[in-house]
Amino acid sequence: MAQDDRPLSPHLQVYRPQFTSVLSILHRMTGVALGLGALLLVYWLAAAAAGPQWFAGARAVAGSWFGWLVLLGFTWALFYHLCNGIRHLFWDIGMGFELTTARLTGWCAVLASLALTGAAWVVGMVGLGGIP
Amino acid sequence: MSGPTTLGSRLRRVRGLGSAREGAARWWAQRLTAIALVPLVFWFVASLAALSGAGHGEVVAWLRGPIAPVAMIALLVVGFHHLQLGLQEVIEDYVHTEAAKFTLIIAIKGGAALAALVSILSVLRIALGS
Repeated sequence: MAQDDRPLSPHLQVYRPQFTSVLSILHRMTGVALGLGALLLVYWLAAAAAGPQWFAGARAVAGSWFGWLVLLGFTWALFYHLCNGIRHLFWDIGMGFELTTARLTGWCAVLASLALTGAAWVVGMVGLGGIP
Repeated sequence: MSGPTTLGSRLRRVRGLGSAREGAARWWAQRLTAIALVPLVFWFVASLAALSGAGHGEVVAWLRGPIAPVAMIALLVVGFHHLQLGLQEVIEDYVHTEAAKFTLIIAIKGGAALAALVSILSVLRIALGS
């Protein structure tokens, strides 16, 4: 098809990545990743409904070191998408387009997502008795 | 001068639906679900953090509480709707072959609906205690 030969917006291959453009693509990547994370939630709920044996299986998967790594990643993806989504909502009402503002709110989204991920995991670890 | 310079009828333009007949409905739904998801996601992560290491009994007791089943079903309905809207946007932006785009969008919509159904029924089975 002829249209396959044409360059497509947003011409990712000719742009030098910048802080704001990296955050923008991260919003999409975390969104797509959260689709996979949502399937884990479905599995967890279905296992809980199916009974203790099924739930024990889901718990063993989530409790392995790999499960923890995946859950940590999803926690951050969720909070990043949430924080950066709030930036998008402000852009929707016409606020925050100036470059300095966009950079500042970008850093806020990154730092807030890391802080919220840390807070959630500290609460979770205290619940496990992992932190005295 | 006030002739038909756009494809949409004047009635459509007044209704804000444009020539595509859908107007901003999808854009608006994505924003409304986004706003609703902010408190729901905070509730969800806080609940899971509090439930860390919980066994089957504790999770069942939690989902039989007064708040958890309502909030969880709200999260699933709103979350999967938001997810399929977002994934459709990604597909429309990056997949330019009609057949692949059409197939993927149907798969996304069907998959999200099925996943929402399975998870909501699971919550209801636990909450209603069967």
